[in-house]
Amino acid sequence: MDVVWEWFQWLNSEHGIKLTIFYDEWDRNRFFGGIWTTIHLSLVCMALSIFIGMGGAWLQMSQFIWIRRIVQGYIQFFRNTPPLVQLYFFYFAVDSALASVTGIEGGVFSSYGWAVISLSFFAGAFNVEIFRAGIESVPKSMVEAADSLGFTSFQVFCYVTMPLAYRVCLPALNNNLINLIKTTTVAYAIAVPETLYISNQIWSDEYNVPEMMNIVWGVYILLVGVLVTFMHRWEKSIRVPGFGN
Amino acid sequence: MKLHQKPNMPTDLPVLKPFVVAGSKTWSMETFGTITADRRILIACAIFLMAWLSVDVVYAQLQSDSSQSAFATLVKWTPLMLLGPPGQLGGFVLNIVVSFIAMALGTFMGLWLGLGQISLNPIVRRSSWAITQLFRNSPWLVLLFYIMLLMPFRVTIGGVEFDIPGWWKAAFALSLPIMANISEIVRGAIASIPTGQWESAESLAFSRTQTIWQIILPQCVKRMLPPWMNWYCILTMSTPLVSILGVSDGMSLTQDALAAESRSEFLIPMYLWLMSWFFIYSYPIAKLTRRLEHRFAVNE
Repeated sequence: MDVVWEWFQWLNSEHGIKLTIFYDEWDRNRFFGGIWTTIHLSLVCMALSIFIGMGGAWLQMSQFIWIRRIVQGYIQFFRNTPPLVQLYFFYFAVDSALASVTGIEGGVFSSYGWAVISLSFFAGAFNVEIFRAGIESVPKSMVEAADSLGFTSFQVFCYVTMPLAYRVCLPALNNNLINLIKTTTVAYAIAVPETLYISNQIWSDEYNVPEMMNIVWGVYILLVGVLVTFMHRWEKSIRVPGFGN
Repeated sequence: MKLHQKPNMPTDLPVLKPFVVAGSKTWSMETFGTITADRRILIACAIFLMAWLSVDVVYAQLQSDSSQSAFATLVKWTPLMLLGPPGQLGGFVLNIVVSFIAMALGTFMGLWLGLGQISLNPIVRRSSWAITQLFRNSPWLVLLFYIMLLMPFRVTIGGVEFDIPGWWKAAFALSLPIMANISEIVRGAIASIPTGQWESAESLAFSRTQTIWQIILPQCVKRMLPPWMNWYCILTMSTPLVSILGVSDGMSLTQDALAAESRSEFLIPMYLWLMSWFFIYSYPIAKLTRRLEHRFAVNE
């Protein structure tokens, strides 16, 4: 590995391309730490948003109109307000209100915690609609057929509705999850130490804005690219010919 | 191409019956009125506002010192948050202006990039595809940083120096992801037009350029409009990002106002107040988009 680090040092001294994240150990550690933060922030938010989406879709099938209205209100609120303002709202406003109610000094959650909550709710609002559309796309006759074969309603959901619905949802869900990775950069605004925030610190310390800017862009393209390829493979492998395109 | 047929003319051919969707309404200002003035929402908002106002006034009365009520504070700061400092473009209006500019730029560039994606020249086609994918998959904030930090703030054209204001750069940066997504919309819409249209145009001796501009694209408009409006909403929701880069939009002025007041009980009302503007602006557009989607849905 040392050869690689030395090569980047040579690149700096010969060509003035200053990539400290490769030969300076301190910068390297914090930069890869930042990438790791982005990855697990994305994964946690994805999992939570899928959970919220499923719960919301289930609640939207409720027979009580007020429950459906509340879910609809939640969806419309998070879809039609800026994610950055939502994040500030949670981190500054809700946090201080909760702190004064519960009497906890110095905030209830950390900035990472609020980023997870805010981004999960944001992506979750889109997921609810996606899952609902998927469930609605399953033909009624299939559910009835399963019913007539003596399946319980839970079995119908597990063995008939869900396997078909998630194949229909997957393209839209993938789009939304990819969007979620891109939206995690917003956590920069509340000082979550993710890739963009750490890179900002590095280019402020080392005065290498153009190099770091390109590196950051490349890192995100790579992260999103990996997810896109993986998801497309998955989509292809589970496709049912003749069903939902 | 559409068959020229008078709607009321009787015909022997049942296949060519005039196409009228049962129960379809004609488009009018009235329809728009019903969207914007959804009575249930208005009533809910009014009830909420009344309840909050009464609680707020009582709370302000209970406080022993002569502190302002939250409502009075909102009223005090609203002109700044909405219009920016006097004599300057800023505040929520700047968010809207940025969204307009970015959408116009993005649509223009995206149209050409989308046409590039169906070009017969493989080099043009592949590079258009690569540019589209690159900007579609990069985070908006990273693009914003990239343009804001690396684009010059002053350019010299023909010996005359021009200062580029920060919000112009921001609008350009936001137009890049819009460009890539519009490019995909254009490509998708063109691909969704039946090949029969291309073939019949060719048989009528239309050139490729003529076919695209006179036959294919006019038919695409209907299919492109709902996703285009959807992207406009997403763009408007992304404009507060420019506050991170120091443009004094609605978000940053709200934070300035909060810093000036420095009272934590104003945080929730102020943020909700700002969010409600975005909501009021975006919700009718989103609803209209949904309607158009249903109206223009292609039933094959």
